[in-house]
Amino acid sequence: MKQQNLQLDEQGRLRHLLTIEGLKRQQIIDILDTAESFISVGDQQVRKVPLLRGKTVVNLFFEASTRTLTTFELAAKRLSADVLKVNVSTSSAVKGESLLDMLRNLEAMQCDMFVVRHNDSGAAHLIAQHVAPHISVLNAGDGRHAHPTQALLDMFTIRRHKKEFAPLTVAIVGDIMHSRVARSQIHALTTLGISELRVIAPKTLIPAQVESLGVHVFHDLKAGIKDADVIIMLRLQKERMLGALLPSEQEYFRTFGLTEEKLKLAKPDAIVMHPGPINRGVEMDSEVVDGPQSVILEQVSNGIAVRMAVMSMVLGRPPAEESGG
Amino acid sequence: MRISIQNGRVINPANNLDQVTDLHIAAGKVLAIGNAPEGFKPERVIDASQQVVCPGLIDIRARLREPGQETKTTIAKETLAAAHAGITTLVCPPDTNPIIDTPAVVDLIHHRAEQAGYARVLTLGALTQDLEGTQLAEMYALKKSGCVGASNALNPIKNTAVMRRAMEYAASHDIIVYLHAEDPWLANGGCAHEGAVSVRLGLPGIPEAAETIAVARELQLTEQTGVRAHFCQLSSDRAVRKIARAIHDGLSITADVAIHYLFLTEMDIGYFNTQCHVRPPLRTQRDRDGLRKALAEGVINIICSDHQPHDDDAKLAPFPASEPGISGLETLLPLTLRLVDEKVIGLSRAIALLTQEPARLLGLLESGQGGTLAVGSRADICIFDPEQFWTLTPETINSEGINTPFMGWDLKGRVTHTLMAGKVTYGNLHHTHD
Repeated sequence: MKQQNLQLDEQGRLRHLLTIEGLKRQQIIDILDTAESFISVGDQQVRKVPLLRGKTVVNLFFEASTRTLTTFELAAKRLSADVLKVNVSTSSAVKGESLLDMLRNLEAMQCDMFVVRHNDSGAAHLIAQHVAPHISVLNAGDGRHAHPTQALLDMFTIRRHKKEFAPLTVAIVGDIMHSRVARSQIHALTTLGISELRVIAPKTLIPAQVESLGVHVFHDLKAGIKDADVIIMLRLQKERMLGALLPSEQEYFRTFGLTEEKLKLAKPDAIVMHPGPINRGVEMDSEVVDGPQSVILEQVSNGIAVRMAVMSMVLGRPPAEESGG
Repeated sequence: MRISIQNGRVINPANNLDQVTDLHIAAGKVLAIGNAPEGFKPERVIDASQQVVCPGLIDIRARLREPGQETKTTIAKETLAAAHAGITTLVCPPDTNPIIDTPAVVDLIHHRAEQAGYARVLTLGALTQDLEGTQLAEMYALKKSGCVGASNALNPIKNTAVMRRAMEYAASHDIIVYLHAEDPWLANGGCAHEGAVSVRLGLPGIPEAAETIAVARELQLTEQTGVRAHFCQLSSDRAVRKIARAIHDGLSITADVAIHYLFLTEMDIGYFNTQCHVRPPLRTQRDRDGLRKALAEGVINIICSDHQPHDDDAKLAPFPASEPGISGLETLLPLTLRLVDEKVIGLSRAIALLTQEPARLLGLLESGQGGTLAVGSRADICIFDPEQFWTLTPETINSEGINTPFMGWDLKGRVTHTLMAGKVTYGNLHHTHD
């Protein structure tokens, strides 16, 4: 039981952000509202607010990333935090033992927040369980498990276009099996209470019992995106061809690639999203990527505001009030 | 030493004995049950009133980490923990380092256990050289040096022809083959049952079919080769149904389960609890219930601990990178007794699953070398208080490994004395007087 509340402090406020699962609807809304207030910071001439002045944020990436790492760095800097990047090459195959040892060392340097990306599911939970009480952990992607800030920025982007979540039909297309982004999106969308959530992929890319997460499964793209309000395309890794999950990129594109023609089956005002980086001509046609319904670049800039929101909420909590009042 | 154990409830499933009586020991053997022989003068008397006196427990799968992983623990330390748990015989799988594929390693393990003197340690020899699944190990030499069977432990034999030959060769020398049925292709890289929990946590899954397909293959080959096969560590309902069907059809096989599969499911992983990382993985409620049913029906006839003591670091890693296994010696008896409380099996049957049945598999029962309290048999004895409650804490664990998901559980039934070949290896002094 105690483990479930790992990411909340005694007053139910966000202490770490490890997963969307278990967050209340209102907590997600609060994050989105806070992000809204930061969106203008990027447009100002001085793109900084002093909320986290004197705080030190450590980006601890055990796995390669450009977009996520960069936006976390920008977010922290716009909040006036000191940012430290620790390079951990994936080849050094950091085991849990040395992982925790490394954290001890960083803790000794008076850091306040670890932003962690790791290739094993559960890494962020493990770290959150063992950090000193004053340190917060943000999960920037752990294995196939979760990528909560990505899901939040996607929710933010959806809300900017669709206002209300309740009537929406959302379709997530592609490699659900290996996608931490999809898992976090599913938790976010079901918590926000959308009308219908669909996942669309061949059986080889759909994990067993995915229905238990509250989604409807489609193996046909056309049927799956019919009348959808939001279409989220997932990145297809090239190594999936090696694991006998798919025959070829060409065949994947033929069957599950999004083209302008197929997009017409969705609602006329449907938006198309992608967490990036995109494989043009594999997940979707260039015409769709660059087309009027695509909000892909918006997602990237929204990522900064959403990460600023999470960082400021987690690190900027006023000290716990005396209880009993 | 001459010992009298007085007023205990003596339960010996091997001859259907269950009565409050005395048991007398001399020269390492059971001398008499009931009245002492005329002129018998015990040097020590154990008052076992309100307690159960049964054969010493036999745990057919326990990793003692020696040789090879002495940083985790040693044979001396783990056999001492076994004595605290009422266990008098342990069987060590061949995946030590070096692997048990030469008589020298067998001798080393036996020697270390004898030096320590807390429990008898038997060994399984390798089925294939280096457990690599390509060439046969010297099974005959290993048998002659004392191995009680052959196994490839958790290392798969991918090549079906090699498995067939290994079984044929083992059958030629009447060697029992211990099988861990898991299809390596389907299990590939997995660390949790493929299902509701693995999808939620994004853990690479091991499908049920990894077990059922391997069980089907091994059953087919067992039938074809005529080998004596024992199926280890079953985890799924569908797999035990296949075993049940094969037994019903007349195939002479046996099967065991590790105690934690009878209590835990995938749900216990919660948010990445690495103490629940085991192999094969914890499966669903339906599987747990199926295993319990198979136990009640006699399809599964042995419960073991599958003891795998670890140091702390082994579990301080992200779930997929943590080492699988539970330190289980000291929960084996109390959890088995819990099955009695939960009315899955009766008390006498519970004791049989831990004593008589494994002794039969190991070839100890007929010769009175274990699993029975019949007069003349080796005095391996466990005395426990069936009503004593206690809480599992790191302090109550004698094994070097405190890696257990049962930490904090309230358990019922506690060992008070253990005797191995007539020698007291563990004894609560409050209950004894010389």
